[in-house]
Amino acid sequence: MTTADDFTLLWLQAGSCGGCTMSVLERGGAGWLEELRRFRIRLLWHPSLSEETGAEARAILGRVERGEEKLDALLIEGSVLRGPEGTGRFDMLAGTGRSMFDWVRTLAPRADYCVAVGSCAAFGGVPAGAPDPTDACGLQFSANEIGGALGADFRSRAGLPVVNISGCAPHPGWIMETLAALALRRFTGADIDAFGRPRLFADHLAHHGCSRNEFYEFKASAEDVSERGCLMEHLGCKATQAVGDCNQRAWNGGGSCTQAGSTCIACTSPGFEATRGFHHTPKIGGIPVGLPLDMPKAWFVALAALSKSATPARVRENARSDRVTRGPAPSAEKKTGAEKKR
Amino acid sequence: MSRVVVGPFNRVEGDLELTLDIEDGVVREARVSASLYRGFEQLLLGRPAEDALVIAPRVCGICSVSQSLAAAAVLRAAQGTEPARNGLIATNLAHAAENIADHLTHFYVFFMPDFARAAYAERRWHDAAQTRFKAASGSALREALPARARLLETMGLIAGKWPHSLAFRSGGVTRALALGDEMRLFALLADFRGFLERVLFAAPLEQIIALDSADALERFAEGDRAAGDFAFFVRIGRDLRLERIGRGPGLLMSSGAYLCPEGHFLPAGLLDARTGALRPPPLQAVEEDVSHSFMRDTAGDPARAETLPDIHRPGAYSFAKAPRLEGRAVEVGALARQAVAGHPLIRDLLARQGASNVFARIVARLLEIALLTQAMDEWARSLRRRERFCTPDAPLRDGDFAGFVEAARGALGHWASYRGGEIARYQIIAPTTWNFSPRDASGQPGPLESALQGLEVGGEGASSVALQHIVRSFDPCMVCTAH
Repeated sequence: MTTADDFTLLWLQAGSCGGCTMSVLERGGAGWLEELRRFRIRLLWHPSLSEETGAEARAILGRVERGEEKLDALLIEGSVLRGPEGTGRFDMLAGTGRSMFDWVRTLAPRADYCVAVGSCAAFGGVPAGAPDPTDACGLQFSANEIGGALGADFRSRAGLPVVNISGCAPHPGWIMETLAALALRRFTGADIDAFGRPRLFADHLAHHGCSRNEFYEFKASAEDVSERGCLMEHLGCKATQAVGDCNQRAWNGGGSCTQAGSTCIACTSPGFEATRGFHHTPKIGGIPVGLPLDMPKAWFVALAALSKSATPARVRENARSDRVTRGPAPSAEKKTGAEKKR
Repeated sequence: MSRVVVGPFNRVEGDLELTLDIEDGVVREARVSASLYRGFEQLLLGRPAEDALVIAPRVCGICSVSQSLAAAAVLRAAQGTEPARNGLIATNLAHAAENIADHLTHFYVFFMPDFARAAYAERRWHDAAQTRFKAASGSALREALPARARLLETMGLIAGKWPHSLAFRSGGVTRALALGDEMRLFALLADFRGFLERVLFAAPLEQIIALDSADALERFAEGDRAAGDFAFFVRIGRDLRLERIGRGPGLLMSSGAYLCPEGHFLPAGLLDARTGALRPPPLQAVEEDVSHSFMRDTAGDPARAETLPDIHRPGAYSFAKAPRLEGRAVEVGALARQAVAGHPLIRDLLARQGASNVFARIVARLLEIALLTQAMDEWARSLRRRERFCTPDAPLRDGDFAGFVEAARGALGHWASYRGGEIARYQIIAPTTWNFSPRDASGQPGPLESALQGLEVGGEGASSVALQHIVRSFDPCMVCTAH
């Protein structure tokens, strides 16, 4: 059933909430485990899924550690907790007497690819927020600073830095598509961005394809939660600054944060946890501090003023409502055009 | 006497370690350890009160909606807001979807695979169990995981995504469902019901909900409609006498689940499993003990307590604190909820053993899947499309507030103190903090610790399958436990 050609995968949880595993379990028409098989990916062990427990699980880790079992990809979910005082004792791998900090540094050099699943493993994530009680970090980053648990110079056996599938939690597709590309040996150093994030999602902004785009264009903004308008001006939305194809693919069958009226908190970005007041847009002189990525401020201000003055009543009205109160009625002119055609 | 350390204890949520003292093939003492501490209660301090809606759900990616709702409940208490009726209903739909998904994951992914283990090779049902439930490859997973994903599309509609959504507010939810959304909800609920009635129960949900005694359950499981995975489990459970192992501490608590406009769908209560006495849970009498925790001494009252780790504390063996109700260890979870709500099947299963047990815990979870799926249908039909889904935030009052919800695994409480709109204190007691608590100052063990005491493991020691069943019957969530 299993052959030496199988792409082997070891998934371990460090300082994690388990949410990345929950996310990937949503994947696949016949379930994620079936999808793994279709790509000839073999799970050596996963804490939530494998039969082996206790001594049996320790034996698997031992074989990998000693190099007796080929390891194609090591996946780590959760922050690496280095505290207290560098001992890693805030996160011990049960039954082994060793910290996850230790296990991560031991196993990573054995793997062809080392993958951080989620923003915690990638950059430290929420546990690394102030006051950082556990000295949490990512595998190769602490927020946006290179280093982390493995160090800036770390390269896995295939010569890649840590692949950071960021997101809190990441889309199941981001995880599985990255794994599939690795297993098919079609994933190269050119496929990650400067923060190690797979470009298959990181080449986009969460803003792209947002269902609130018309409100954004006209700067017709929501002022209270549950209103349909753009969430950027008042409610803290960072979708124009955060990477992710969040609004170009369906979450849980068809949603996304902004579609549900929830502010984008930039959960794919290093250090997103440092924000205070996630639901309020900080402003100076009435202008949001965080402007769209790579957009000159003067242009933004000029365009915003212009588009605000051009906002149709329909858009202005719907922006402050929790549902569409006025639909896009065809104008008299267009009706005439259609009639002429006939 | 020999001491064995068991870990990593997997197919639970998070990292669990057990230490067992075994003498003459019997567990004399068990110590349960939560080996991960991330410090969420420290991370919340000094933040704007509302930021708890972002931070708190990230305690747990398995029950993130429950964590969101507890955080929202505390804010609601401090704001004095009245949530929108539709908001409560949409919240309950999302919360029920999460809780059903958790129960389903527990049954198919965590619990049943142990019956496919080689240790049961001699049992007549073993071949079938192996085909159906083998970990990571059993045929059931090809049906259960897609059904779970389909059910979680409820989150796409109501909450944008799962886990970790920002849709849940003190006044309701951030998205108003339109007519098309309602229809999509009906369609996915019908699909999910189809999976349950074809695969898990192989019977109408109504027939499962109407099971009113252990005898009725047995007749169901032996009868000609007994094709489903539920009946298969019941037959295995009877064969292995799972009702004889994993006895709980005797007290079962629910803090009240699914707040509807007319009150809780499942009521709050504290039930004595031995006597059947039922009373309201004195939640103001909850205290946490740290005598065996890697924590500094602090107030017992969660409203005044702090969480400051101390890895060097003598005698400590877990990052979890030990919550007690009027000084006693308490079991929480689906079994407690259904026992408190008075479901006749569950009451009968408890009465026959005089205590909670492995078999009753699994049955209660599956029964709850049926009950909640039916409730979701009714809730979806009770949405009033022209009404609001969210009331606006009201100004936050400073003071000490608490909020309670029922996560899949049981009672979840958040206690917060706000000063100048910021969080001055925050304490979380999660379901598995109750169930897998360490000993307290009086030496009283936590519920799992006492459930393992006296277990005959024979020569198998730590590899005893019964041990696996008992631990997993609680469906522990270790990431919540110590947070």
